[in-house]
Amino acid sequence: MKSLQKQEKFVGRSGLRREGPAKLCGLARYVDDLPLPGCLHGVTLRSSIPCGRIKGLRFDPAFAWDECVVVTAKDIPGKNVVALIEDDQPLLADGRVRHPQEPIALIAHLSRARAYEALKHVRVDYEPEEPVLTIEDSLAKKRLLHGADNVFKRFEIVKGDVDKALAESDVVVSGEYRVPHQEQAYIENNGMAAWVEKDGTLVVTGSLQCPYYVHKALMKAFGLPESKVRVVQATTGGGFGGKEEYPSMIAGHAALLALKSGKAVKIVYDRAEDMAATTKRHPAVVRHRTGLSKDGKLLAQDVEVVMDGGAYVTLSPVVLSRGTLHAAGPYECDHVRVRASVVATNTPPNGAFRGFGAPQTLFAVELHWEKISQSLGIDSLTLRRKNAFDLGSTTATGQKLSESVGARECLERAALRSGYAARRKRYDLWNKNPRNRTWRGAGLALVHHGAGFTGSGEVYLASKAGVELTRDGRVVVLAASTEIGQGTNTMFSQIAAETLGAPLDCVEVAGPDTGRVPNSGPTVASRTCMVVGALVRRACLQLKDELDRAGRGARDAAALRRAARLLCGREASRRFIVEYEPPPEVRWDDASYKGDAYGVYSYACCVADLEVDKATFEVRVLRLTTAQDIGKAINPLLAEGQIVGGTAQALGYALLENPVYKDGAMLNAQLTNYIIPTAPDTPPIDVELVERPYSRGPFGAKGVGELPMDVPAPAIAAAVFHATGLWVASLPITPECLCREFHDRF
Amino acid sequence: MIAFKVNGKKRVFKGAPFTRLIDVLREHLRLTGTKEGCGEGECGACTVLLDGEPVNSCLVPVCQVEGRTVETVEGLGSPEKLGVLQRCFLERGGAQCGICTPGMLMTAQAHLRRGGKSDDASIRQALAGNLCRCTGYRHIVEAVAEAARAEGKR
Repeated sequence: MKSLQKQEKFVGRSGLRREGPAKLCGLARYVDDLPLPGCLHGVTLRSSIPCGRIKGLRFDPAFAWDECVVVTAKDIPGKNVVALIEDDQPLLADGRVRHPQEPIALIAHLSRARAYEALKHVRVDYEPEEPVLTIEDSLAKKRLLHGADNVFKRFEIVKGDVDKALAESDVVVSGEYRVPHQEQAYIENNGMAAWVEKDGTLVVTGSLQCPYYVHKALMKAFGLPESKVRVVQATTGGGFGGKEEYPSMIAGHAALLALKSGKAVKIVYDRAEDMAATTKRHPAVVRHRTGLSKDGKLLAQDVEVVMDGGAYVTLSPVVLSRGTLHAAGPYECDHVRVRASVVATNTPPNGAFRGFGAPQTLFAVELHWEKISQSLGIDSLTLRRKNAFDLGSTTATGQKLSESVGARECLERAALRSGYAARRKRYDLWNKNPRNRTWRGAGLALVHHGAGFTGSGEVYLASKAGVELTRDGRVVVLAASTEIGQGTNTMFSQIAAETLGAPLDCVEVAGPDTGRVPNSGPTVASRTCMVVGALVRRACLQLKDELDRAGRGARDAAALRRAARLLCGREASRRFIVEYEPPPEVRWDDASYKGDAYGVYSYACCVADLEVDKATFEVRVLRLTTAQDIGKAINPLLAEGQIVGGTAQALGYALLENPVYKDGAMLNAQLTNYIIPTAPDTPPIDVELVERPYSRGPFGAKGVGELPMDVPAPAIAAAVFHATGLWVASLPITPECLCREFHDRF
Repeated sequence: MIAFKVNGKKRVFKGAPFTRLIDVLREHLRLTGTKEGCGEGECGACTVLLDGEPVNSCLVPVCQVEGRTVETVEGLGSPEKLGVLQRCFLERGGAQCGICTPGMLMTAQAHLRRGGKSDDASIRQALAGNLCRCTGYRHIVEAVAEAARAEGKR
């Protein structure tokens, strides 16, 4: 391994962000920066009630409507749906609304201010109906919103005989865990621009993660063939899952206005609209019953998961799937049952957010170890050592882990690096001294995260990516995978340059444009580096073979130009496109939910050190130490950036981010009162990269994007418990909730 | 008519005096490097320097800028010739999605010019009004510290 690494010129090195200079000079063009002379600005009329029939729209006759373009559901040329997994969500509400903020009509005006003004001059007459707003009301079928039982999707994992194993266990520990909505809070709000070309091609560009999702949705809503819809990503100011599915909605809206007005139309949300209307992380309730032997060996895990999907199916089945597949944690246990469901409520649909169901269920299983630790009198680090995955372990779905299992190494390295055991002892002493004005604690958590799509997902996606050599000797990576800040451009360039033996500045990455790049699948699920990066590498190997056959090399620009003339002939470029090939050893059965749920897992351990003010109950995180096994860091600086950034988001999830809902609507849809971590809120975050290479990943790389979001929240909750002795099993752990617990107890 | 300087150039604005400075910069002067994240002074993405002090340009009516100097990210450097702070951000991984970056750079620039300290806590405090959702701040803080050291050496 060592000698191999030495030969690598670009991979494993912290190459500079390719588009960095443009971003640092304010020259990168985000959708709101695009000059579209004469374009109209679109705004959205939204439902103010959670559920009911629309009786009609009333337009104020005193307003100058002739200056505006107005669109309602009847203007939709194709099918009135935002096509995704199921076609149940309308592009514009037609006759009834099922959640607050549901789009009903669109208005465009040359002036953005006038467009907003126009919204105030439309009244919607409703016949309101009794809404279903909570998981409990939905399960109790207070009203039927979906099918016969309000359940969008169910999964069950069964391994061994859980009931028997629980009955035979020395101890059984039960616990209930709750997590709330979480807002992605990318700093660039959602936005899209659309226009129709002279030849009838519908073009949309904007802030998005998945160009081909938008492409598919537009084809259906507008009844257009593939070739007549073109989706181009603009520079995107953060996504975190929040720009996975909702951009299809906004693109559809901008396109409807563009079609009707014959002009270019831009829709850029303001912060309040973005937070109130677009998708969030699914709230969840998770219950555990865990059977163990006296000495702490896991014997049985019985887990129940219920998520709140909101009003439409959107991505809920897949979010639930990932949540289900991670619900038992990175531990070997012979008897496991996970029963999971996601239910309908009259709230805005929940969707993708970094981690995608896993942070919810991993929070529960990890914090549950503290409860088990209390009842067995064995510390949770020892318990994890006894049960964590190792090479050869079998997961809840019966997957045998045959390579790249860094769980134990992450656990040991994070514990060692943070001085976890010694610190716990020191804090215990500190906490005994009543003169200290704080309590201190240290907590730890360990997680796994499956990289790529769940189960057979990658097979269905059949992603394509490639590389082209242009006649003038440039190497261009072709993929629909988007740069959203995580470093796609840089990472792909490094993989291509390394594989070809070409200089980095001869390699570029094509901007995602459905008119130019193949469908490499969505930019989600920690799959861009591991899955698409592997495709890029394969395509580059094909090009390299061609170069070798022609007796040409790629060592510098002049050599590439010479090779290009030979390989391209009269063509402008030579393309090498490859398609995903499922590894033969990966077997998964959707019907029984058994088999290899993911090709491989990444692993992470986090240790949180914090103190809690005895007077105000404020939690100050002193330090976060994390070790993460990502197979191979193609670019260590970018990989660390992912880890530190994800860790900070999870700190917000654990302590600060508290979305408040009333009548199904988010009340604090502002950065003023929905608090995300600032620089002073965020402690130093110490990262150790663990590299257990994966044979199918490019240069051994596994997924890194979501993993860091999974692990800090339970570590922080465990540390709060260690510090205060107050058991808080729901997020966020605010001073108010600690104060309440404290006064309930004393 | 409101006259002021932007990145050293004289500019005049003839529109409504309560137009937000950010709109004047972005829409009238086409300086779209300054970004809007929240429109209420929380996120700091629209930070520019007004007579050298960082302000949220979404909260400043342009009439308050009469006779004063405004600096935006466009004045810091170009891709071919990055400023010291920009170079440190690039090398230390201080920019990811890039949307908070212009505001972050302006606040950091003011901190450096004030002779602000290069220790972790001082830099974090200086940047408290600029939200970043990508980086977890560590690499930004390291970039600013590096720039402070580099400026000190000059």
